[in-house]
Amino acid sequence: MSCTNKRHILEIDELSVSFLQYENSRSSRQIELPVISKLSVSVHEGEIVAVVGSSGSGKSLLAHAILGMLPYNARTGGKIYFNGELLTPEKIREYRGGRIAFVPQSTTYLDPLMKVGEQVRGGRNSSGGKDSGRGGRPSGGRRNDPERRKKQRALFARYGLSEETDAKYPFECSGGMTRRVLLTSALMGNPELIIADEPTPGMDLALAKKSMEDFRAFADEGKGVLLITHDIELALEVADRIAVFYAGTTIEEAPVSDFASEQLLRHPYTRALWRAMPQNGFQPLPGTQPYVKDMPAGCPFGPRCENYSRECAGEIPMQRVGCGTVRCVKYHGEPLAVHEHHA
Amino acid sequence: MLLEGKNLTFAYDRKKGNILTNVSLRIDSREPAAIVGPSGFGKTTLCKILSGYLRPQAGEVLLDGKPLPKKGCCPVQMVWQNPERAVNPRLRMRATLADGQQIEDRIIRELGIEEDWMNRYPQELSGGELQRFCIARALGRDTKFLIADEISTMLDMITQSQIWNFLLKETKERGIGLIVISHSEALLSRVAGRRLTF
Ligand SMILES: Nc1ncnc2c1ncn2[C@@H]1O[C@H](COP(=O)(O)OP(=O)(O)OP(=O)(O)O)[C@@H](O)[C@H]1O
Ligand SMILES: Nc1ncnc2c1ncn2[C@@H]1O[C@H](COP(=O)(O)OP(=O)(O)OP(=O)(O)O)[C@@H](O)[C@H]1O
Ligand code: SF4
Ligand SMILES: [Mg+2]
Ligand SMILES: [Mg+2]
Repeated sequence: MSCTNKRHILEIDELSVSFLQYENSRSSRQIELPVISKLSVSVHEGEIVAVVGSSGSGKSLLAHAILGMLPYNARTGGKIYFNGELLTPEKIREYRGGRIAFVPQSTTYLDPLMKVGEQVRGGRNSSGGKDSGRGGRPSGGRRNDPERRKKQRALFARYGLSEETDAKYPFECSGGMTRRVLLTSALMGNPELIIADEPTPGMDLALAKKSMEDFRAFADEGKGVLLITHDIELALEVADRIAVFYAGTTIEEAPVSDFASEQLLRHPYTRALWRAMPQNGFQPLPGTQPYVKDMPAGCPFGPRCENYSRECAGEIPMQRVGCGTVRCVKYHGEPLAVHEHHA
Repeated sequence: MLLEGKNLTFAYDRKKGNILTNVSLRIDSREPAAIVGPSGFGKTTLCKILSGYLRPQAGEVLLDGKPLPKKGCCPVQMVWQNPERAVNPRLRMRATLADGQQIEDRIIRELGIEEDWMNRYPQELSGGELQRFCIARALGRDTKFLIADEISTMLDMITQSQIWNFLLKETKERGIGLIVISHSEALLSRVAGRRLTF
């Protein structure tokens, strides 16, 4: 969807995710909660694509869907391609932790019983987190391999983790140390794609910038990064494109250069995000993202939008504007042809 | 009210040396304070001591001149940096919230917590949704000080500013003291007047 003809590393075409849940704690009737719908995003070779958006908009679930880590009661639709190949559950199990690395948002993905240095060398965390128990622990040989030991130590040193840290268990690490461990774990292997879900909270600016530099260098080798972050400022400095999520769908996607000032931002939600930053006024937009059961007809942002008009209650198509796309009726760009969704 | 730490010394493991040595601080509930310092220097550890979660090897914590109560809900409440580590994964959110002391419905509403979320387990919520429960849980009836340890790093900018604007109003109205830890200069300049540096 961008103005590039580079090869796709990751391509997500109209992904949907829903959960089966009991209606309430006493009922035996199950209902389906649609949490992601018609979500399309892609990462080309050499690109960092930042995903920003509302809390609860489906960013982590997108990551889990790509990595085949959704819980048993989830249903999915749509297609995910990796290097042009359809990602099936078998394929993803093969690639996870190898060709595709993951930096999880939740710190519970670390093995609580293994020292962090060992864990990073063994690549257990990046091999799929919570459910990787089935695959067993990495062999001692891999963990003790001198090359891997050297690389792990160098990465830890780069991120200010002393030798003492190697021997700590996850519960003995501070918040920021844990983030650094999760990050170095993804940089340990030789992946083609990194999916990083909020890699920087709790890191100071210098550390956060260093991690962004490392992602940049990684992408510049012709690889791809999907960077989920709330930190728009940092994302703007390093990413090539930004996708904005709201209520389970993409509402805008654009090259970073379109975000240089508030006037260039297209979607009213994106503009509100900008104004809420502490350095841009700290002005909270009232209201919340609609809960899945109360989703309005038409534009999901409608109830909070100052530009709302009657046409917003209808179907809101994704439109092309410049090198990006936006889902808002106030833009009269070119409608997207169906095949373009994953062009 | 006045929260004081006097000559606090603490080590997780004495063989590995102290995390805190003779640290003293005074925080007045009328003036929100920030604790700043590099990662791994002991900010969270200090907060755990101030909220009675850890006991120091030497020194004491005083609230208006008296030691923290040993039983019941601590008047110094802490909201943790990683919400997923601060809740019991086997409890539904309704039960987790009941750990707090008489949380008013008003607070739950203002934090944007949906009734449906109450029936879920923590793994079934997004990071930001879970953190809102942790904030609500800390705002019980007898809370006198609130320690916010990197509480908004996982929130989008709008939710972050909503929650901070709410917390500033709530703590001011109830005379609750506020202690903030954050690596974001921009955020600190909005929410905390005083700096205590490690
Ligand atoms: N197992 C589940 N069952 C039902 N709903 C779920 C489940 N897991 C997640 N959800 C819901 O799906 C939505 C998207 O969650 P997700 O974790 O992807 O949000 P997010 O964009 O990563 O948010 P944050 O920025 O707060 O981490 C949320 O509203 C969440 O409550
Ligand atoms: N439960 C624990 N057992 C042993 N050591 C611990 C424990 N918790 C923290 N530590 C160690 O104590 C030191 C201080 O950790 P603390 O969590 O207080 O740092 P912090 O200043 O909050 O850092 P961050 O900004 O990264 O959150 C670190 O070296 C950490 O490894
Ligand atoms: S479609 Fe209408 S309600 Fe939605 S963002 Fe655009 S103007 Fe606002
Ligand atoms: Mg998330
Ligand atoms: Mg900490």
